[in-house]
Parts: sequence; C-alpha cells; structure tokens
Amino acid sequence: MKKMKRSVKTNLTAWALLAPSLLFLLTFTVFPIFRSLYLGFTRYQLGMPQPEFIGLENYADLFTSALFWKVMGNTVVFSLMTVIPSMVLGLALAVLVNRKLKGIGFLRTSFFYPVVMPMIAIASIWMFIYMADTGMLDQFLQTLGLKPANVLSYKETVKPAMAFMYVWKEAGYLMIFFLSGLQNISTEMYEAARIDGATGWTAFKKITLPLLGPTLLFVSTIALTNSVKLVDHIVIMTEGAPNNASTMLLFYIYQQGFAWFDQAKASALTVIMLAIMLVIAMLQFVKTDRKIHYN
Amino acid sequence: MQTKRIHHHIAFYSVGMLLGVFWLIPLIWMVGTAFTEATFTMSLFPTTKPTLANLSYVWNSVPFGRYYLNTLSVVVVTYAVQFVTVTLAAYALAVLKFKGEKIIFLIIFIQIIIPNDVLISPNYMMLADLGLTDTKLGIMIPFFGSAFGIFLLRQMFKTVPAALGEAAVIDGCNLFQIITHVYVPSSRAAYLSFALVSVSYHWNNFLWPLIVTNSPENRTLTVGLALFAKSKEAVMQWANVCAATFIISAPLVIAFFIFQKKFINSFVSSGIK
Repeated sequence: MKKMKRSVKTNLTAWALLAPSLLFLLTFTVFPIFRSLYLGFTRYQLGMPQPEFIGLENYADLFTSALFWKVMGNTVVFSLMTVIPSMVLGLALAVLVNRKLKGIGFLRTSFFYPVVMPMIAIASIWMFIYMADTGMLDQFLQTLGLKPANVLSYKETVKPAMAFMYVWKEAGYLMIFFLSGLQNISTEMYEAARIDGATGWTAFKKITLPLLGPTLLFVSTIALTNSVKLVDHIVIMTEGAPNNASTMLLFYIYQQGFAWFDQAKASALTVIMLAIMLVIAMLQFVKTDRKIHYN
Repeated sequence: MQTKRIHHHIAFYSVGMLLGVFWLIPLIWMVGTAFTEATFTMSLFPTTKPTLANLSYVWNSVPFGRYYLNTLSVVVVTYAVQFVTVTLAAYALAVLKFKGEKIIFLIIFIQIIIPNDVLISPNYMMLADLGLTDTKLGIMIPFFGSAFGIFLLRQMFKTVPAALGEAAVIDGCNLFQIITHVYVPSSRAAYLSFALVSVSYHWNNFLWPLIVTNSPENRTLTVGLALFAKSKEAVMQWANVCAATFIISAPLVIAFFIFQKKFINSFVSSGIK
C-alpha cells in the first residue's frame, strides 16, 4: 500500500517536472505536424475564415506542376553536390588536423570558424565573391585571360556556386565529428599495422575507414538534414533566380506560405518535407544491421 | 626513416597551410574591406587607408544598436527558459522511474528528427492564434522546449551518483534543492555546451525571425543585415555590407577564436541523433 502511494507520488512528480517541456514540444513540434497533415487536405488562403476540405487536390496540383518537380530536382541535385563533397572534405581535414604538431590549433580554427558565422553573413560575403564582372571570382578569371563567369545568373552555374560556398562552410562542422571518431581509434592498431608493413593509404583503407563506419553513417544523416533544410542564403543571393533554378524545397514552402499566402499548399509541402526528414532519420537504423566491427 | 618523416612534415605543412589560408580568404577580405576606405575595384588585401567610416555609416543608417539589443535579449531569454525546462525534464528522465517514459522519449525523438526550421508554416499559424506575431516572444517561444538540451543534461545527470541525492534528502533538502544544489552544480560542462550551441543557433537564426517580425523594434541582427544587404543603398557598396557583416558576426567569431576548444567540443555534442 505504502509502496503504491510512493509510486503514485513519483509519477506525479515526474510528470509535473516534464510538463513545461511537454507543453512547448507538443505545441510547437507535435501539434504543428498534425495541423500540416490536416491542412494539406484543404483549401486555405489568407482571409478565409475556415479551411475547406478538398481531399488530395493540393497534392494532385503539386504532382502535376512543373515548378514542384523542378524544386524537388533542385533539392536533390544540391544535396548530391554538397553532402558527399563536404563529407569527403570533412574527413580529409580531420585526418589532416588529427596530429599533435605546431600550428594545428590555427588550422582547426580556420576550418571551423565558418560554422559559428551566420549563413546570412556568409552569403553576403560570397555574393561579392560571385558578383558579375567586378566580383573576386570574375576578376580572378579575367587575370587568367578568361571571360567573367557571372555564376549566380546562369541556371547551369548557380547551384554549383552555392554548393561550393556551402561545402566551404559545412566541411569544418563535419570535420569535428570525424575528428572525435578518429581519436577513438587506438594508436596500437596503427602500430600493429606498421609492423605488418601497412602504412599511409593502406592503413587508412584497412583500419581507419572500417572503424569510422558508424561515424560515417551518423555524419551522413547530419549532412543530409542540414543540406535539405538550407535556405537562408537563397533569400540573400538569388531569391530562386534565374528562373527558379536555385529554389529549394524549404524556400518554396516559404514562398507558398509567406509570399503567396497559400497556407494549404505550404502545408502539403511541409508534409512532403516531413516525409523526407523521416526517411533521412531512418538511415540511422540501417547501421544496426550488418555493420562489421573489428574490435 | 628520419628524412622520410621530414618529407612527410613538409608535405603536411604545405598542404595544411595552403588550405588554412584558402579557408580564411573570405574572412580576411571581409575584415579588410570593412575597415578601409571604399574602393572601385575589389582586392583581396586592402589597398586604401584604414578608416572607421564604413562602420559608423552603417551603424548610423541602420538601427543596429536596437537589433543588437533584440538579438541579445532573444538569445539570453531563450537560454534562460531552456535552462529551467530542460533541467526539470532531465531530472525526471535521469532519476525518476515513472509510467509513460516511452511516450516522452517518442516526443523528444520527434523533435530531434524534425527540427523547428522545417515547421515555419504551421508554427506561424500557431503564433497568429496566440497573437504573438511580430513580437520577440514569438521568435523565442517555439524553442523553449529543447529535445537536444533534455538529452544532453539527462546523460550528464545519470553520471551523478544517486547517493549524493539521497544524502541531500537526509539533510532535509526538498526536490527543488536537490536539483539546484546537487545536480545543476555537477553538470556545469553540459550546461556550457548547451549554452554555446543554443546561443550560436539563435544568434545566427534568420528565416524564422524574418517571418515573425515586421517592425524594426523586434528585428534581430540577421534580419537587419539581410534587409540592409538587399537595400538599394547597398548595391555595389561592398565596404558597407562588409562593415554590417562584421558588426553582426564579430561577437561569436571572436568568442570562438578565444574559446576554440570549448566551442568545438560543444558542437560535437550538438550532433546527438
């Protein structure tokens, strides 16, 4: 009896302690998800008193719209251009700075500082690097005797230019996860490998990469999530131009909801975005199956 | 063997330094341009006289003082509220055994895989329902509950020996005192990590404050910079835009240069998934 009383009290205490967090998490994360699910099936624009149920019409509209597929294509292409390069570079930088030598602190600092700068500040700087004719890139091309490229104005170059900037910003962030992964690999492994005659690239392939397996998967979900939800730079640099070649999914949601005031379309797009986030999160669970550890 | 090692070092230093300098180019250019007289052509290193004119022009033509106060209050109040919500929840999850733990973990997990950045459209509707559009509270409130913070502190609280809490009970401490006298003081490192990640995120956040705010009284630094960088007076005026960029990013970048290790360790923990 006494025991039961105590457990009732503990339960009450626990829930009371959790209540403030739950209030905010439910109001601003869980409820909004269901609201988007619901509004995605309605017609709901600025000034309408009540959303009107229309079934799958929003999704049908989106799936038959050329712009929607262009935006999805842009998002996929941009992710491909950023995730793998920033991971490879992040790993390379981690290997580079994972040693105790003079000047290492300086290198870590210069690779990581873009992470603590606002994306909006970085985009403002890179805008001048990429600016037509007088920008630093075009000046550099001209001194080489080439034509100015004006990269932000052409549909072929706008995504690679943005991707280059983003890889520069993101590589330092991914580097620190690889660095902590590398520091968990015992130096004895490399000693043993050296006795067997395996150094350099062979040791990297046979020891470092397999042991970094879990880190690689985990970093790939971080890199994918960050890349898919990247949006700030578009507002500064192009607003989707030229001809929507740089419009990504989250920017498109922003346009639908806050420039065209179509909250129902924005909700349907939010649902699609949520589905993508869910798929990325599920990548995490792939690792629990067949992952080989040499411990 | 010895010469091989020396060659190795030379290769490492040349590759490393080349990359390190390449990474610094945008920063060098930004700072150099912000502090020298405006030019007609861009150059990597300053060619004109040093001046504070760009900074003072930008500071006076845009209400950056106001924006600074706004960003500072958003960052400080958000962390202060998070500190309370996260501490209480972490204690419950780390120390108490209770019914419904699974559902709590599910809710936390949902926020970890679905960051608030993605929910701009439904969250704005929620702010409208609550009458919080164009307020500083509206910028902050979606972040008052933090799954990441709860996770980080719960891990830390789990390392506090239960005997310490029991001893506090014998000494007559109530629940609140146990948390503030035993658990909070022994988790300083985790609170610092959470603070650095939270402050950096909210200092740099842009799209959400842009959507929420309408009036200069509530705009944050990032929104102010974006409006300035896109205004007519900023076109081709890289000296002014660089000055504005310097104004908004200097505090965090300087803090990072000083406390490099702390920042990096904190951001490693931000990857919790």
